[in-house]
Amino acid sequence: MESNLNLLALLNLFLPLVSFAILIFFGKKIGESAHWVALTLIGITLVIAMFFFSTVFSPHEGPILQSSIQWFTTGSFTLYLGFLINNVAAIMLLVVALISFLVHLYSVEYMKGDPRYSRYFAYLGIFTFSMNGIVLADSLVMMYVFWELVGLSSYLLIGFWFEKDSAANACKKAFLTNRVGDIGMFIGMMILFFTVGTFQLDGLADGVKDGAFSGNMQLLTIAGILVFMGAVGKSAQFPLHIWLPDAMEGPTPVSALIHAATMVAAGVYMVVRIFPILTPGALEFIAVVGAITALMAAIIAITQNDIKRVLAYSTVSQLGYMIMALGVGAYQAGFFHLTTHAMFKACLFLCSGSVIHAMHHALHELHDHDTDPQDMRFMGGLKSKMPITYWSMLIATLAIAGVPFFSGFLSKDAILAGTLSYYHSHHGWTIFLPLAGFGAAAITAFYMFRLIFMTFYGKPYEQKIHAHIHESPVKMTFPLILLSVFSLALIFTLPNTVNPVDSHGWFTHAVPMVQNNAGLDMHAVEEGIHHAHYTAMTLSLIVAGLGIFVSVLFYLLQKIDASKISSFMNKFKFYDISFNKFYIDEIYNFLLYKPFLGLSWIASKLDWDLYDQKFIDGWGWITLKLSDKSGDADYNWLDQKIVDGFGNLTNYFGKNLKLSQNGVVQNYLLGGMLGVVLLIIIFQQF
Amino acid sequence: MESSILTFLIFLPVAGAALMLPFSKLYGKENTHYFKWIALITTGIQFALALILYRKFDPALSVTESPFTVQIDWIKHFNIQYFLGVDGLSMPMVLLTALLSFICILASWKIEKQALGYFSLFLLLDAGMMGVFLALDFFLFYVFWEVMLLPMYFLIGIWGGPQRMYAAIKFFLYTLFGSVFMLLAMLALYYYSDPHTFNLITLIQTASSIDASIWGFSVKYLIWIGLFIGFAIKVPIFPFHTWLPLAHVEAPTAISVILAGVLLKMGTYGLLRISYPLLPGEVVNFSYILAVLGVINIIWGAVNAIAQIDMKKMVAYSSVSHMGYVLLGMAAAISESSAGAQAGMNGAVMQMFNHGTITAMLFLLVGMVYDRAHHRWIIFPRDYEKPELAGQPGFGGIGAQVPIYTGFVALAFFAGLGLPALSGFISEAMCFIGGFSAFRTLTIIGTLGILLNAIYFLRAYQRIFLGPLNETYKDLTDINKIELATIVPLAIITLVLGVYPAPLLNMIAPAMDGIIQIVQSAL
Repeated sequence: MESNLNLLALLNLFLPLVSFAILIFFGKKIGESAHWVALTLIGITLVIAMFFFSTVFSPHEGPILQSSIQWFTTGSFTLYLGFLINNVAAIMLLVVALISFLVHLYSVEYMKGDPRYSRYFAYLGIFTFSMNGIVLADSLVMMYVFWELVGLSSYLLIGFWFEKDSAANACKKAFLTNRVGDIGMFIGMMILFFTVGTFQLDGLADGVKDGAFSGNMQLLTIAGILVFMGAVGKSAQFPLHIWLPDAMEGPTPVSALIHAATMVAAGVYMVVRIFPILTPGALEFIAVVGAITALMAAIIAITQNDIKRVLAYSTVSQLGYMIMALGVGAYQAGFFHLTTHAMFKACLFLCSGSVIHAMHHALHELHDHDTDPQDMRFMGGLKSKMPITYWSMLIATLAIAGVPFFSGFLSKDAILAGTLSYYHSHHGWTIFLPLAGFGAAAITAFYMFRLIFMTFYGKPYEQKIHAHIHESPVKMTFPLILLSVFSLALIFTLPNTVNPVDSHGWFTHAVPMVQNNAGLDMHAVEEGIHHAHYTAMTLSLIVAGLGIFVSVLFYLLQKIDASKISSFMNKFKFYDISFNKFYIDEIYNFLLYKPFLGLSWIASKLDWDLYDQKFIDGWGWITLKLSDKSGDADYNWLDQKIVDGFGNLTNYFGKNLKLSQNGVVQNYLLGGMLGVVLLIIIFQQF
Repeated sequence: MESSILTFLIFLPVAGAALMLPFSKLYGKENTHYFKWIALITTGIQFALALILYRKFDPALSVTESPFTVQIDWIKHFNIQYFLGVDGLSMPMVLLTALLSFICILASWKIEKQALGYFSLFLLLDAGMMGVFLALDFFLFYVFWEVMLLPMYFLIGIWGGPQRMYAAIKFFLYTLFGSVFMLLAMLALYYYSDPHTFNLITLIQTASSIDASIWGFSVKYLIWIGLFIGFAIKVPIFPFHTWLPLAHVEAPTAISVILAGVLLKMGTYGLLRISYPLLPGEVVNFSYILAVLGVINIIWGAVNAIAQIDMKKMVAYSSVSHMGYVLLGMAAAISESSAGAQAGMNGAVMQMFNHGTITAMLFLLVGMVYDRAHHRWIIFPRDYEKPELAGQPGFGGIGAQVPIYTGFVALAFFAGLGLPALSGFISEAMCFIGGFSAFRTLTIIGTLGILLNAIYFLRAYQRIFLGPLNETYKDLTDINKIELATIVPLAIITLVLGVYPAPLLNMIAPAMDGIIQIVQSAL
């Protein structure tokens, strides 16, 4: 049984890599039918993931699969590679495989005719491989390896249309920003390794439990925050969130898969995996980062006009929610939101892709190359033209806005209860957490319906474009329909309950509270959340309703002119700040990037023009001058007077030996080497 | 057979060079393909011998037990021996030297200018390098060390770029300056040890009992300094590094490969072969400085690489940075944690090998684009000879034009920036892990290298390959078969060792255990 499970896990991991390898090496030959290779292999991966998922429901003690092999050893320093599949990992495996499969299917249509069609599917393959690696990893080292590999696949896919300068910039920015976080993660890993003596996840949890850090919990807090830095990068948390909106330069299905549903959630997943060793101090830091991110990104999303950018900031904001949830100890809620978000956000992105696809084709038919197909101001009234896209997107929007009967309501509600309970037990400044949570919830409802109304309702921007809009073909709409179904609350609560406000179902059953070994009393947390539950639910219903209501007034009924409000708000620069993303890119550019490049330029001048050319070569110059002087003395006195006497004698021999000196350098050297050989032989006689 | 294989490894190239002479007499110097084929076959056989050696090599045996060891009296009067041996430290270097020599002959296939001279000098260089890695007698080591210098001088000076003479002289004087100190240290070791010997294995026992002082400095300390200067210049360790960018830039492609791939390793090899076992007490005292220098190398090399607009110079500075990892890893030999010490030392030697293969790829790839475009500017300098190009991007968007070439560059760049699943990651991570166990703060500063190395590689990659195609290069041709033959083996090694480093590590680990034990005993 164990070995069968191992084999399945291996297949699950490597089949997408096989897809990558086949398509990279034979992609040119396979050409238009590249997707068959990819779909088949990802399809099998999906079936395996479903199998692992099914085991969640059969009763078991401990993990579903835990096995590892030695990777390499130096004697005392040994690294292992292995799988640790528990219920959380099994659910995550299914999320990744399912969305990956749907995105593959969707891309068949979306990427049709692209000159690098096979390359695209190859990259999707290496992404799925790397992502599965993170999910399966049983140690921080293995996680780090795949962590960087998803970074690579993200780099390749963001820069897929690398002829565009914006895409080329975005992929570099994504990789480098992530590396900043990875440095922290790496240092944190080293602290953990040299204190506990292992990189294994379970080993670390046990080590902390057994008091490896006892008396030095502060170091564990620091280590936890450092490892979390990796998640700050990967899950686009403040202050490293800047790469994710730019990452929208990649093809839209990629945004759905990587930059919405799975890879960016890897940071959250990692925090879930290391949750037992995070100290209350580290968790507090994590909660604050999450809260800032959730609120800030939501504020930015209000004013964006590019449909994908709205969704990108919404993703950042929702990831902030998940991180905040984990920070306040609402472990279950955090991972629940990861799962529900993966479904509705993938749906939203794919819907936006469907709209962009339609807009693109309409504009193409009109030979209009200036209008931006992603700008919502050029859309409007698409509801009648694209009914499937519209309904799917509406369902997903209801889910993200936190409306009952839809999945987002359940998970967001649980998070908000967590923040409230955290405030109840900590008081003081921690009121910021629920405030950020509820505030972001209201704003989310507002901007998401703004998106719906601007895109699907109202008068079309231009009748010409509107006339050329068509609903997308079935390969694209099928994933939309499926994902919108998965955005229903029912999907996550079956078979226990059909009550729309009760979140107890298979999910809560499968992901029980874990123990925290670093000093957080999880029972107290659980109790607190339970008590805060109804208050949170009532409040969240109110704020969501408020957000939707304001959005209806502004954008559907147009009772209030949005531009008047925004120009009023701009008296305090509120609009500009939101529209310009709090100027964070500009600040980094001005304070970090530019000065650093200047510094490196100065360094190169110091190193070469000053140090080498002046100082080092200065010695050469001095030596030359000195030897000039001494040469002068040497020649005029020693040479001309004394040596020449001998010289005349030597000339005689020289004339005869000259013949061997033919000026070919290698002959001299060869002579030298043969001389060495000769010397070896001669001196042996002594 | 077994006891002569090392001798063959060294002197086979000499024989090859000698064989070229009758051919040049018979067929004339114009028939350059004779020399090329002789060189190729010679280095091919040498590589095959190195592989045979690797197959039969048992890492568990010390050099005194190894069947390959050759020990013959050479200059009996001075107790100088022809003493060759191979252990876990030299085995990877021998493989690297043989592989890169063979590949470099292929990469030199286009050389027509004085081909006889080029290929025979190359083979002599090859012999010198092999000799350095196999010699276990300090005198013999020194002879090979110097033998290597001269061909290198001519190879840069005759076949190099526009500033070749300046570069060659600078390289030569810099290295010679270091050699003088090494020579003094060697003689001091000889005279102060009892019995007088150059035998590096005997000296491990006797050198530690040297207890004299000159001008108030202990002799052992002075010897350490002398050796250190000699080796530091080769590595190169900051602030002895400025010969390197110039020499790399001016040298022809294959010679840059040898310089960065093999010659730099001799510095760290020398430290590990001679300084570490002979002077463990000094290693303990000096390790902090070594770590500091390592971190400076990592940061300073990378920061300088970021500012470079010449691809070759960028790669050259990246070598300075990557050799810093080796120093940091080596310094960890004093770590209290045995896992840390082993990670550091093994990581250091692995990094020597991995950097050798990765940087070889980088230089080969730069050479390929240079052959086609006749320049290698990422951005043309402001004072460029053609004023209309000054300050303009040198390339741009050629990724779609030459996809296979671009793929290999991507592989090499990502290997250079330490992407997991490629060999550089494991060795760099191990150097950091080792360094962290002994020098926490320093290593944390050093980890900035993770980011800095990514910056220049990705910036260069974007500027050359991404964005809209620069119309000048719309007829650029993709990689050809010979070029493919040079790059594919290195790419495979990078990939295989990135996924499965055990073969390399198992070879190294026992030898490192020995050195760590010696160093730790001096703590």
